[in-house]
Amino acid sequence: MPDAISVVLDEPADLAGWRDAARALLRARVPPGSVTWSVAGDHADLFGAASPLPPPIAAAPAVPRQFLHLAERAIQHGDPARFARLYDVLWRIAAGQRRLMEDPADPTIAALNVMVKSVRRDAHKMHAFVRFRAAADNRFVAWFEPEHHIVAAEAGFFVRRFAALRWSILTPRACAHWDGTAVLLTPGARREDAPAEDATEDLWRIYFAGIFNPARLKPGAMMSEMPKKYWKNLPEAQAIPRMIAEAPGRVRAMIDRGATPPAAKRQAMTRWRPQADGGVS
Amino acid sequence: MDLSEKLAVLADAAKYDASCSSSGTEKRNSLKGGLGSTEGSGICHAYAPDGRCISLLKILLTNACLFDCVYCINRASSNVRRARFTPEEVVTLTLDFYKRNYIEGLFLSSGIIRSPDYTMEQVTRVARLLRVEHGFRGYIHLKTIPDADPDLLAEAGRWADRLSINVELPSAEGLKRLAPEKDATGIRHAMAGLRTRIDAARGAAKDARGARPPRFAPAGQSTQMIIGADGADDARVLGTSHGLYGDYRLKRVYYSAYSPIPDASSLLPPAAPPLVREHRLYQADWLLRFYGFSVAEILAGGEAGMLDLAIDPKLAWALKHRAIFPLDVNRADREMLLRVPGLGAKTVGRILAARRFRAIRMEDLARLRVPTAKLKPFLVTADHRPRLGLLDSTDLRRLIAPATSFAAATQPSLFDA
Repeated sequence: MPDAISVVLDEPADLAGWRDAARALLRARVPPGSVTWSVAGDHADLFGAASPLPPPIAAAPAVPRQFLHLAERAIQHGDPARFARLYDVLWRIAAGQRRLMEDPADPTIAALNVMVKSVRRDAHKMHAFVRFRAAADNRFVAWFEPEHHIVAAEAGFFVRRFAALRWSILTPRACAHWDGTAVLLTPGARREDAPAEDATEDLWRIYFAGIFNPARLKPGAMMSEMPKKYWKNLPEAQAIPRMIAEAPGRVRAMIDRGATPPAAKRQAMTRWRPQADGGVS
Repeated sequence: MDLSEKLAVLADAAKYDASCSSSGTEKRNSLKGGLGSTEGSGICHAYAPDGRCISLLKILLTNACLFDCVYCINRASSNVRRARFTPEEVVTLTLDFYKRNYIEGLFLSSGIIRSPDYTMEQVTRVARLLRVEHGFRGYIHLKTIPDADPDLLAEAGRWADRLSINVELPSAEGLKRLAPEKDATGIRHAMAGLRTRIDAARGAAKDARGARPPRFAPAGQSTQMIIGADGADDARVLGTSHGLYGDYRLKRVYYSAYSPIPDASSLLPPAAPPLVREHRLYQADWLLRFYGFSVAEILAGGEAGMLDLAIDPKLAWALKHRAIFPLDVNRADREMLLRVPGLGAKTVGRILAARRFRAIRMEDLARLRVPTAKLKPFLVTADHRPRLGLLDSTDLRRLIAPATSFAAATQPSLFDA
């Protein structure tokens, strides 16, 4: 076995860099077991510097489109094993398993599918749980903590939705900013870099409390879709413990009260005849 | 009354409507102006402690109402505090919430004030202001009033992604008794009218060259049925749903367990909502729409017109059709695999793909993330065959039920949670 080759990628979700390296490795017939993958800045001392890639001895193989779709999402996963898993699949396709991508029960494909699912969920939760706060200069700024390396890929969703606004999404590892014409990506930020509050959040909390039905309390169902790890960045979540605690008492009060007699002053019954808006403001 | 007080009253008044979906509409974005986007799948921006998705700002324009529907907190004879938004207030709230990414859009409904036409006009006006004045491209769901002028409904469909009319109760008799001003025939008639317009707009969009024909509710129509307020059994409920899906091509029928309200009528005193029953009906509805089950087959899993509360309807069906099992996972066709408890449409697709490469073993199923414990009695794999007599054993239900039932086996009391 040749000496291990160390590939150091520029960014955690650097698909182009990974693809260039993988193609060169394949053309040099370097087997998956002889490659270590890392990202610049992560554990640099552990793996040392990048090795020069060996010279090509074969042509680059054709890569199925399904593989590229898988790689695009899998490479955003936080697990460092993603690079090696992807190379393993590519290696086996080049070695003749042309239909490998069509086999969901292959252990590596199955593992990559699980990664993709986790990245997709993270992206979906980012679309859902980013909360912008109004900042100076008519900007909207959000602080969010994704699990995987998805900020660059998901900026487009917020551009399509909020193209007319000026916004920034700050996260610990990367930030995306929109100025109306282009997305600017910058390194990670701190929570304190985003505004600490927004007056509209009071209304949002009133809505959140009002739409909750205490007679249907199901905190488990809520938690499986909105796990606690997200709560610290959701303005409405502060109220959840109190809402849960008060629910049984509210329901008991309803049941104990039983039926109530009809209102003394029933809503006006002049059904189809237009009338002035009386009584209701 | 200030805006926050109105919001408290009018969100509280809207919470008994279960639909909050924002899915299934056309794709839109704001790259060429306006605010907002829709990309097909809906997004739940939050979940309340009742486990329900919060996708839209779901409010009433007013909770004042001339109708006296017994199950409704906003009925004419209720003592509830009344409030009314101006259309402009709803527009501002929607835009302020949307810009901060709290919501996908607006679900607006209203109590009936003055007349159905007047009310419908007010509701439609909010949607028109959002779309025309503010270039809003997010999701809009409008509750439509069956008796309103067809021209008003046509305009509502132009601005809204989804329209809905609630059938409210599974039977016309129930409606007559509990919602005396509502008319089951009129509701059906209005649904048929919406279907005609939705189909026509869809057909026109398909045939269009050049200019786009006027849109009409691209996300279709839905409805809601209250469960447990009248005496209708599950056979009645599912039969009604089946009819509604077929006759009016509804996107969804929502089931809403009748929930105690703070100001209950003596005709319908407060009691615990039948949440497990509601859950089983949703599962049955799913089997009806996506798994090729008929209403009769689903009901065969239960007893006397009611679904089994303790286990899901697919498992219930399988336990009553044990002779069909075990199925060989390496040979059975898609239709039969879809009948296996624990196998979903996606996993069945993956099994069919994987078995072209190998004889499927239990470990392969585990890798595809299927609940193997639940499947074992029903499947034969290359390395597994259920032990002889297991399928016939009387305690099979007990052996698998605890591992599978999502909800507690019996209806929990209100105070367990």
